[in-house]
Amino acid sequence: MTDTNTSADLPGGDLFTLGAPIADTKAPDGPIENRWTKAEFNNRLVNPSNRRKLSVIIVGTGLAGASAAATMGESGYHVKSFCYQDSPRRAHSIAAQGGINAAKNYNNDGDSVHRLFYDTVKGGDYRSREDNVYRLSEVSTRIIDQCVAQGVPFARDYGGLLDNRSFGGVQVARTFYARGQTGQQLLIGAYQAMERQVANGTVEQFTRHEMLEVIVKDGKARGIIARDMVTGEIETHLADVVVLASGGYGNVFFLSTNAMGCNVTATWRAHRKGAYFGNPCYTQIHPTCIPVSGDHQSKLTLMSESLRNDGRIWVPKRAEDCGKDPREIPEADRDYYLERIYPAFGNLVPRDIASRQAKNVCDEGRGVGPLVGDFRRGVYLDFSAALARMSEEAVAEKYGNLFDMYQRITGESPYDVPMRIYPAVHYTMGGLWVDYDLETTIPGLFAVGEANFSDHGANRLGASSLMQCLGDGYFVLPNTIRNYLADGPFEPVSEDAPEVVEARQAVEDRISTLLSINGDRTVDSFHRELGNIMWEYCGMERTEEGLRKAVDLIRALKDEFWRNVKVLGSADTLNQSLEKAGRVADFLELGELMCIDALHRRESCGGHFRAESVTDDGEALRDDENFAYVAAWEFGGEGSAPVLHKEDLVYEFIELKQRSYK
Amino acid sequence: MNLTLKIWRQDGPQVAGRLAEYQVSDISDDMSFLEMLDVLNEELITKGEEPIAFDSDCREGICGMCGLMISGHAHGPEVTTTCQLHMRSFKDGDTITVEPWRAEAFPVVRDLVVDRSSLDRIIQAGGFISVNTGAATEANNLPVSKPKADRAFDAATCIGCGACVAACPNASGMLFMGAKITHLSELPQGQAQRDARVVSMVNQHDHEGFGGCTNIGECSAACPKEIPLDVISTLNADFRKAKQA
Ligand SMILES: Cc1cc2nc3c(=O)[nH]c(=O)nc-3n(C[C@H](O)[C@H](O)[C@H](O)COP(=O)(O)OP(=O)(O)OC[C@H]3O[C@@H](n4cnc5c(N)ncnc54)[C@H](O)[C@@H]3O)c2cc1C
Ligand code: SF4
Ligand code: FES
Repeated sequence: MTDTNTSADLPGGDLFTLGAPIADTKAPDGPIENRWTKAEFNNRLVNPSNRRKLSVIIVGTGLAGASAAATMGESGYHVKSFCYQDSPRRAHSIAAQGGINAAKNYNNDGDSVHRLFYDTVKGGDYRSREDNVYRLSEVSTRIIDQCVAQGVPFARDYGGLLDNRSFGGVQVARTFYARGQTGQQLLIGAYQAMERQVANGTVEQFTRHEMLEVIVKDGKARGIIARDMVTGEIETHLADVVVLASGGYGNVFFLSTNAMGCNVTATWRAHRKGAYFGNPCYTQIHPTCIPVSGDHQSKLTLMSESLRNDGRIWVPKRAEDCGKDPREIPEADRDYYLERIYPAFGNLVPRDIASRQAKNVCDEGRGVGPLVGDFRRGVYLDFSAALARMSEEAVAEKYGNLFDMYQRITGESPYDVPMRIYPAVHYTMGGLWVDYDLETTIPGLFAVGEANFSDHGANRLGASSLMQCLGDGYFVLPNTIRNYLADGPFEPVSEDAPEVVEARQAVEDRISTLLSINGDRTVDSFHRELGNIMWEYCGMERTEEGLRKAVDLIRALKDEFWRNVKVLGSADTLNQSLEKAGRVADFLELGELMCIDALHRRESCGGHFRAESVTDDGEALRDDENFAYVAAWEFGGEGSAPVLHKEDLVYEFIELKQRSYK
Repeated sequence: MNLTLKIWRQDGPQVAGRLAEYQVSDISDDMSFLEMLDVLNEELITKGEEPIAFDSDCREGICGMCGLMISGHAHGPEVTTTCQLHMRSFKDGDTITVEPWRAEAFPVVRDLVVDRSSLDRIIQAGGFISVNTGAATEANNLPVSKPKADRAFDAATCIGCGACVAACPNASGMLFMGAKITHLSELPQGQAQRDARVVSMVNQHDHEGFGGCTNIGECSAACPKEIPLDVISTLNADFRKAKQA
C-alpha cells in the first residue's frame, strides 16, 4: 500500500529517516468475534502462589491505572502504584463529564458489539486497528456491569433501570452517564477498588511521586526512577514489569481542557529509552469549550458534548449582527450551520467536524462574543428551544451542573442567554505504540489508557476514552500481561546495576542543571510560547509551510529554555517550578516530533486537517493510498533525526470509505 | 483591581510559618482566584523570590485538589471550589488573607499545601464495595429506585477536598465520611458490608485525629458540592445500628 522507500519521498523527509516497517504480531487470527476469546485462552496462566512473588509498577491512577492496579492486586500480584497528585482519586479522569459507551442495546435501537466497532473505526477516520477496536467493543458491556456492582451511581429511569443518551457521531443511545460527572463517579469506583487492595496489602500507593525515568536492563523494563515531590528524594523502584497509565499530552498546547499537571514525561522518557511513539500529531479538538477570555488564562473549560443533544448551534447569518444581543436576532437571521450542512446528524456530528465548522464560521467573520484582538471566537449553543419544549426543571435535571459551571466562569446564565462555545484542545489520540497485548516496543513495558495510541485512530468519538481506559485496566491488560509474567520468576535486579545507576544519575543531573541555569524567563512563559506555536501551526489546520516554521521556532525555543530558564528553590523540598520545568522540557521535545509527524502526513484525517488535502466541497480529504498506516516513531538519539516505522492498517471487516455525515 | 494579599508562607512541616504581605494590581474580574495567584507567582519568580506553593489540578471544581482558607472562609466567600472562585467576587482595594486548611489530620507540607492522605486512609478502612473484577452480574439485574439513586448520587458527588474539615471548629471529617457512607448505604450493592463499613471507617477517622461532630453545620455550609448535613445523621444511625447488631 505504501510504496515509498525512503524518507526523501515523503513530505518533510529531510527531518526524519525511514526505518523498517512494524507490525502487530500478537493478535490471533480467525473470525474477529473470536479473537479476544482465543487470546484470553492462549495467554499463559500464572498460578496463584507464584503471583505473590511477581511485582508490577503502575504509573498513573486514572481510570486506566486505578482499574489495572485494583484488578492486578485482586489477582494477588504485588503492585506499586504512583501518581503525582496527593491522592489517586484526583487523576485527570475525574474531570470527564459526558459519559461512557457500551454496546448493551438496552434501548432496542439496533446497537450491537459490531455496530460499536463499526462506529468507532469510522469515527476514528479509519486510522485505528480493527483488532483492538473490536475487543474494546466486546469488553464494553462488562465494564458497565463491573461499575454498577461497585456502586457507581449511573443515571436511572423511573423503573430503576439504567438510562442512556446519545453522543456525537452515532445514531443509537449507548452512552451511560452519571449527570455531568461520569468520570468522577467511574474514577471513584476504581479508586475505591484500589484502596481496598491497599488495605489488603497487595497494592502499595505512592502519591506525590513523579516518575522521571524508566529502567531498562537486558532489553527489558525493570523499574522506574521517581522523585518524592515532598522531600525531593530520588527513589529507585524495581519490578518485574512496568505499566504506564500516565494519560495524555494535550498540555503541550498550554491551553487545553486537561488538568494543569497533565504531562508527557512518563511516556516521553520511555520513548527516549526505546519505546516507539504512535501518531503523535493526532490531537482531538473538542467543539464545546468556553472561549478564551484573556491572556491570564491558565486553562480552558469543557462544556460536555452531551449538551449538543438539546442545544442548537448557530451564528448570525450576517457579520454585522455578531455584536448584537443574541436574543434580539430573529430566527430568520440565524444560521444553524450544522443542521444546514449535515441534516442527518445535525448538531451531533463528530467532534472534528463540529470543531472545524465552528472555526470556519469564525474565520468568515461570523463569530460571536467579545472581541479578542480583532476577532470574535465563539458560536452560540442555544437552549431556548429545549427550554420551551422541556421545562426549566427538566433542563436543569440534565445539565444543571454544567450551566452553573458556565455561569460561574463567564458570569452569564445559559437559562437566559445562549452559551458561547469554541473548540479547544482536549485529548490526544497519539501515545506509545503498543501491540495487541498493550506492550510497547520495550519488552515488559506496557501502556494503557490515553497513554497508548491504539484504539481511536485520527479522531475519538465521545464517551469512548472512558470505555478504553476501563477496558484496558479491568479486562485487557490483566489478561495480556500474564502471558509476559508467566516467564517469571525473573532474575532480581540490583540497585547497583549500571543501568539503574545510570538512570538515576541522569535524573539527578537533569534536576541540578535545571536549578543551576538561573536565567531570566519563567517556566510558564516558555510553556505559553510553545503552546502558541503548537496551536497556530499544529492545531486545527496545518500546512506544510507552517509546520516547517514551527519546527524551527520550537528548536530555537528549546535552545533558549536550556540557557535562560529560571527555576528557583532547591531540589530537596516541594518545588513546583522544578516540577513544571522538567515537564516543559519534555513538551519541547515532543512538540517538535508532533510537528514532524504532522508534516509528513499530507492528508486530512480526523481532527488533523491539512490545508493541502481537501475535497471539492471543503471537507477533509483522506488519502488511503498513501497514508493508511500508523506512524510509529523511534527516538533517533540526542540531536539526531527521529526514525519513522510504518504499521500498515489492514481492514478486513470494515470497508474503507470516505467518511460522510451528510 | 488592586489588592493586598496576606499569604501564609511556611518552608516545611517542621518550620514555623508567617503571614507575608503582597500587592497585586491589574487583576481582572474574569480571573479565577488561582489565576490571580499565578500572576503573583510569575512576578515573584521574576523578582527572584520563591513562588507560593499551592495545590490545584483540574481547575474545574471536580478533582478536589485546590483548597485555601480565604479571609477565614474555606474556598472563599462563595459556595464553590477555590479554582472556580472568580475575582468578580472581590472589590478593588480589598485585603485578602490566604491560609492553608488547618486541622491536626492535615499537616502542612509547604506554604498553602497540606497532606490530606488521612482521607484516603478512611476510604481504605471500608469506603468501598467488595467486588472483584469479573465477578459482576448483568447491571440491570439490580434495579435502584429513582429516589434512592438520586440520594446516593448527591452523596457521591463529594470531591474529597477537605473544606468541611477546615471549616469545622472541631476539625471533624464527619461530612466527608457521611457522604461515602450514605452513597454506599443507599444502594442494594452496599448492604452486605454496611455495618462493618461504618464501624471501621469511624474508628479510622478518630484514629487520624479528626474531631467529633457537635452539629454546628459549618461543614455543609462550606461544602462546594453542597453535601447535605443529614448524611451525618445517616452515618450516626448506621453506626448505632451496627453497634447494636
Ligand atoms: C474535561 C474533560 C472531559 C472529558 N470527558 C470525557 C467523557 O465524557 N467521556 C470520555 O470517554 N472521555 C472523556 N474525556 C477523556 C478522558 O477523561 C481521558 O482520556 C481519560 O480519563 C484518561 O485516563 P487515563 O487513565 O489514561 O489517564 P489520567 O486520568 O489522565 O491519569 C493519569 C495518571 O497518571 C499520573 N501521572 C502522569 N504522569 C506521571 C508521572 N510522570 N509520574 C507519576 N504519575 C504520573 C497522574 O498522576 C494520574 O494519576 C474527558 C477529558 C477531559 C479533559
Ligand atoms: S463533604 Fe464537601 S467539603 Fe467535605 S470533602 Fe466532600 S466535597 Fe469537600
Ligand atoms: S483544582 Fe480541581 S477542584 Fe479545584
